[in-house]
Amino acid sequence: MSDIKPGLRLKSVVCDTEAMVIKYSGDEGISCGGAPMIDAKAEAPEKGTASDGFSDGSLVGKRYVDADDTMELLCVKPGTGSMSVGDTLLVEKSAKSLPSSD
Amino acid sequence: MNIAMLLQMAAETFPERVALTSSGTHYTYGEIYSAAQKAAQDFSESGCEYVSVLDVSSAAVPIALFGAGIAGVPYVPLNYRLAADELKDLLERISPVYLITNDDQKQLVEGADIKKLSSTDRFLDFVLSGENIEIEAAEGGESVAVQLFTSGTTGKPKAAILRHENLVSYILGSVEFMAADEEQANLVTVPPYHIAGISAVLSSFYAGRRIVQLPNFSPEQWVELCESQSVSNAFVVPTMLSRVMEHIEGLEVKPALTSLKAVAYGGGKMPINIIKLALIAFPHVNFTNAYGLTETSSTIAVLDPDDHREANSSDDPEIHRRLGSVGKPLPSVEIEIRDDEGNVMGHNHAGEIYVRGPQVSGEYLERDAKDGDGWFPTRDAGFIDEDGYLFLSGRADDVIVRGGENISPGEIEEVLLAHDDVTDAMVLGIPSDEWGESVVAVVVLAPGVDVHIADLQAMVRDKLRSSRVPEQILFEKELPYNEMGKLIRRQIKALFL
Repeated sequence: MSDIKPGLRLKSVVCDTEAMVIKYSGDEGISCGGAPMIDAKAEAPEKGTASDGFSDGSLVGKRYVDADDTMELLCVKPGTGSMSVGDTLLVEKSAKSLPSSD
Repeated sequence: MNIAMLLQMAAETFPERVALTSSGTHYTYGEIYSAAQKAAQDFSESGCEYVSVLDVSSAAVPIALFGAGIAGVPYVPLNYRLAADELKDLLERISPVYLITNDDQKQLVEGADIKKLSSTDRFLDFVLSGENIEIEAAEGGESVAVQLFTSGTTGKPKAAILRHENLVSYILGSVEFMAADEEQANLVTVPPYHIAGISAVLSSFYAGRRIVQLPNFSPEQWVELCESQSVSNAFVVPTMLSRVMEHIEGLEVKPALTSLKAVAYGGGKMPINIIKLALIAFPHVNFTNAYGLTETSSTIAVLDPDDHREANSSDDPEIHRRLGSVGKPLPSVEIEIRDDEGNVMGHNHAGEIYVRGPQVSGEYLERDAKDGDGWFPTRDAGFIDEDGYLFLSGRADDVIVRGGENISPGEIEEVLLAHDDVTDAMVLGIPSDEWGESVVAVVVLAPGVDVHIADLQAMVRDKLRSSRVPEQILFEKELPYNEMGKLIRRQIKALFL
């Protein structure tokens, strides 16, 4: 994946995980289950399996970030693979508690 | 990113959960998503460039909103309270249009290019029946999701535009996905053509909180629906809250409203005495004051429930006055106060409120009002205290310039309202040969009392200074407010011209 930008939707090639890019900087691709994610619109290759250490799963509606806060993804479809940049797992962003205002 | 993604996520996660209760009928997230896709196909096939709903709240509102998003055309809800000639003008501005309306005034559609005209019932029958279809949503992103004509309390309506990325940013920045449990319900009384009507749909759907629609507000029905629908959340404009309080006051058996957990309010200035009464009457309810604008995709600052309790119980005047504040900016937006030259003001110094953030569109069809760095001048005047609480002091345009001195109507109104027999007051400037502008006031008195104009003028002179004293004071039975609780200033100004 060369042109990752906010708004792009990515899908996993090892599970059902789909995620939308909210923030991205850098040049490393994003993986899920240890395998590079692809454009959600692209034709999916045959499903592989998640690598060890990358199979805790992704939860829908959760936002995933890296330690340096250079990227953020919103999981829009849950799956069994975990998202990562290279070998570094993305972590769930803690939820803010704001009162409902609408 | 497309606003339809928010619905798709809800529908795929909880397809069977009830999303909406309208006139006693329940609709699930799955049903609304399926209907929105069918609507999107029909919108696309019609060749329309806008989708409009000209009606009160119904299931057609979220379906058309998300359907237009999927189809990639702007959704433009119109105000059904407008006069026929005003509506005709607006329809011409959104041609060619797919129009959903129960309004059968034939003259409306003359001059407009209507690609398809459907009654609300016929539209709902069509999209809620038949085979499911799957349609891929348009790109969204920078394209316009919603166009709202501003209420125009001072002039011709402007077409404010909100892009998909503005609205999605607002939701992701302020709402946690499926944070509500299945028992929660949000009573929505704001009209669908207002930004609060749009944000209510998006926020509630993403939070998984069932919407209960009340198309025409009455305090009796509001209380009735709270009880019968086990409503947990509600948004009200100040007038609605005061009417609910009045209604409950008059009831022999007071409703307990035990299910009600949270009430958010906004859309206009909440009188301090009303929120104080509400805090006493509903101690179990969390109150939130939300401040936002059409051009900012709704809320940009909140005074949260803890702030309310702390302010209300504090003897420290600096903290107590926060009951009249709109709170602190959302984490995802920045707010600054600037003077006329654009200098950023320090704490407690009033100026114009500027806001920046991904949810801020700050754009009209005609022009982008943001500056080069993305700051949007709200035209609201206000200040920020030492602890970061934002206070509003009226519209920047309302500032009276008398003999070169800037006078905020708000401070004079506060003095007038402090009089026991004054129930409402508005201060404004009118052209004056001597001063440029002179200060005048319209005052509403409690029924059956008489107050001397000189006494009111003396009060202002004592509390403020002589330049603040209204030269003329008119007594009126009531002040003209629009349905969102905003004063229609041009009507009042006309009394003096």
